[in-house]
Amino acid sequence: MPLWTWFGLKAGRVATSWPNSGPDGQDGVLGLPRLDPARCESSCQNCVTSCPTSALSSNALTGVGLDYGRCIACQLCVEACPAGALQSTCDWAFATRDREDLVRGATQALAKRGTESRADRSLRKSLHIRHIDAGSCNGCESELSALDSPFYNLHRLGIFFTPSPRFADLLLVTGPVTSPMRDPLLAAYAAMPEPRLVMATGTCAVSGAPVDGDYAGGHGLGGLVPVDIWLPGCPPNPAALIHALLVLLDRMPARVHGGRYGT
Amino acid sequence: MNDCEDRRLSAAALFTTAQTLLAEGCRFEMAYARFQQNDPEILYLVNRGRHLPFLLLRVSSAADLPSLAPIAPLLGWYEREMTELSGIGVAGHPEPYPLLIHEGFHLSAPPLAPGKDCPRWTGESLPPTMPEIEADQVQDLIWGPIRGDVLETGEFHFSYIGEAIIHYHARLAYKHRGLERRFQDMAPERGVYLAERVSGVGSVSHGLAYCQAVEAALGIEVPERARLLRVLLAELERLYNHFHYFALLAKTTTLKVGAAEGLLLEEEIKQINGRLTGSRFLRNVLAIGGLRRDLDVTGLSNALTKIGRDGINYLGRLSRTASYLDRLIGTGILSRDVASDQGATGPVARASGLDRDLRRDHPYAGYSQLRFEVPVRTLGDAQARAEVRAESLREALALIIQTAALIAPGPVLTTAAKSVSGEGLGWVETPRGSLYYAVHIEADRLTRVKIKSPSFSNWRVFPFTVHDSNMMDYAINEASFGLTIAGADR
Repeated sequence: MPLWTWFGLKAGRVATSWPNSGPDGQDGVLGLPRLDPARCESSCQNCVTSCPTSALSSNALTGVGLDYGRCIACQLCVEACPAGALQSTCDWAFATRDREDLVRGATQALAKRGTESRADRSLRKSLHIRHIDAGSCNGCESELSALDSPFYNLHRLGIFFTPSPRFADLLLVTGPVTSPMRDPLLAAYAAMPEPRLVMATGTCAVSGAPVDGDYAGGHGLGGLVPVDIWLPGCPPNPAALIHALLVLLDRMPARVHGGRYGT
Repeated sequence: MNDCEDRRLSAAALFTTAQTLLAEGCRFEMAYARFQQNDPEILYLVNRGRHLPFLLLRVSSAADLPSLAPIAPLLGWYEREMTELSGIGVAGHPEPYPLLIHEGFHLSAPPLAPGKDCPRWTGESLPPTMPEIEADQVQDLIWGPIRGDVLETGEFHFSYIGEAIIHYHARLAYKHRGLERRFQDMAPERGVYLAERVSGVGSVSHGLAYCQAVEAALGIEVPERARLLRVLLAELERLYNHFHYFALLAKTTTLKVGAAEGLLLEEEIKQINGRLTGSRFLRNVLAIGGLRRDLDVTGLSNALTKIGRDGINYLGRLSRTASYLDRLIGTGILSRDVASDQGATGPVARASGLDRDLRRDHPYAGYSQLRFEVPVRTLGDAQARAEVRAESLREALALIIQTAALIAPGPVLTTAAKSVSGEGLGWVETPRGSLYYAVHIEADRLTRVKIKSPSFSNWRVFPFTVHDSNMMDYAINEASFGLTIAGADR
């Protein structure tokens, strides 16, 4: 009969200390593409036609527009662009407080919006999350359960999942919100104590893409419940999830403003 | 259709033909309807056995269509789905209840039938159709659609006395996203991204089955290097899914360190996936005709050496832990007959004595060049299912090393298609069992895509192991099936 505790102790500490130090575990993982309008030959439109979710759009006045809230990181636009105006990057820490911060127009000035947090200071070191799957492909759930793995060890940051919305500070929603999930989602939100925080997790929950519209899709959380943090990605990787949670708690800065990824 | 013997027959002849086929030992794989202009065609895919072409029954009129569920119960769900989504009714269905469109919800038109407009389904959820149980002290528990922990959405109804479960009903489809309809009118090469997002932890399996179906329909030959790289991707997906499976099994048997170790091994494979392809779920690599770009697999075997050793030690420790084995042995027994009649697939079927594996029986990608064993058990309990998974995890490790050694330089993509119209069948043995994609293409546009996911099959089977079991074992039994909901709901 194996001595599991002994094996566990012998394995030692495997958790990363990221974001303080240590690896984030995302070597080589591609994020959402970066758009350099200066290199764009705006007549071609190849990127717009290649985009399966209409994240890229053409606009006579501003050239190519990009809504990261609809981007599923498929990298097809990067392959379609003849001028190298779209580049694959490791930009995955895309959490923002405002939905508009995910939208970029080619000539838009850097928009620095209010970054006032709604998260109560008392939550900063202890946050309890209720997760709700409102129609995801299970990719987001797979990455959420990875947060529980010894490598990320979410507990080290004082953040926990809780079974009941009654104990939850944050409602973490994945999926586009299909029709049968609309009422259960609203009921769970209503059951939470104030102040209620909501995180739209993954591109589906942000905008519904790529499964928005038609007879069974949804359009994400916009207009359903007030959202405090938006995190596109298909799916967002565990480090991106941790970053989003820490942005929510004012423990890390957001990196995306006005659709531009900064450092 | 490729690899299929087509047989056209009338609705009147369907029932007796099905009886004859079942008596010959054939098994139905799936059924679906499609439309040419306004004329329906109902297709039944039949597996006749190892290395034999599939049989495709085609019925070209929906009038007087009999239900085959009384003699082939696994078709029951396909027929209900056909009724709800394609508007094709069957006569004499033994379970004429809602499947995807819940009680209380309403669709104004069948979405897969001709006609462009299909407004969003609406309604308010009502309780599902359940048998009435008249007995003292029966309690009803509704668990879901939101459950504890980080879990997929599904609603589970238990009628029980004390610990003993009398009846169990799983109501899925809360996550139905209408994916089959989303493929329609798309150019075939464009659909890969969508197939990869049907089931997140089955991204490669779904993408690959879709690509193979389109390639068969349009007559595209995939280069050798791409075929072997596809095997690598599929086996990496099997690895991280199987490690996740054991982490969950350890968690439900309250083996905390075992659960942590399983999750860590899964994470290590996902990090390898990320370095290899840029995606932890191995997305955005597959393309019609091969791969979107070449992959550098030179360091892969080395990177897997330590994980392989740790993984095999981990499985060995689990198999020597009495408290874990006590909970698995004899739990959730699935007999061979029920597994066969109700359509069990993958490790669930192989644990109940059904020796079926599409990689060996109908080889695709590069599997015909590879040597591997297909583990089979006969007891059909949770322990048998776990043993089958453990052995297939070891086989996956060996397959990756074997495949990496065979890969030679060469192109990874061909785009030369022989035609712009056609029908194709693609299949993959996923970590959870058999996955089929049937595609119909006219003038470079998809007119119908049918997805048969392994969990759609196994969710139908699962309740048969829950009736007459007890509440304490439920979570362990469910973990031993290794089901996903996204793939079943689509």
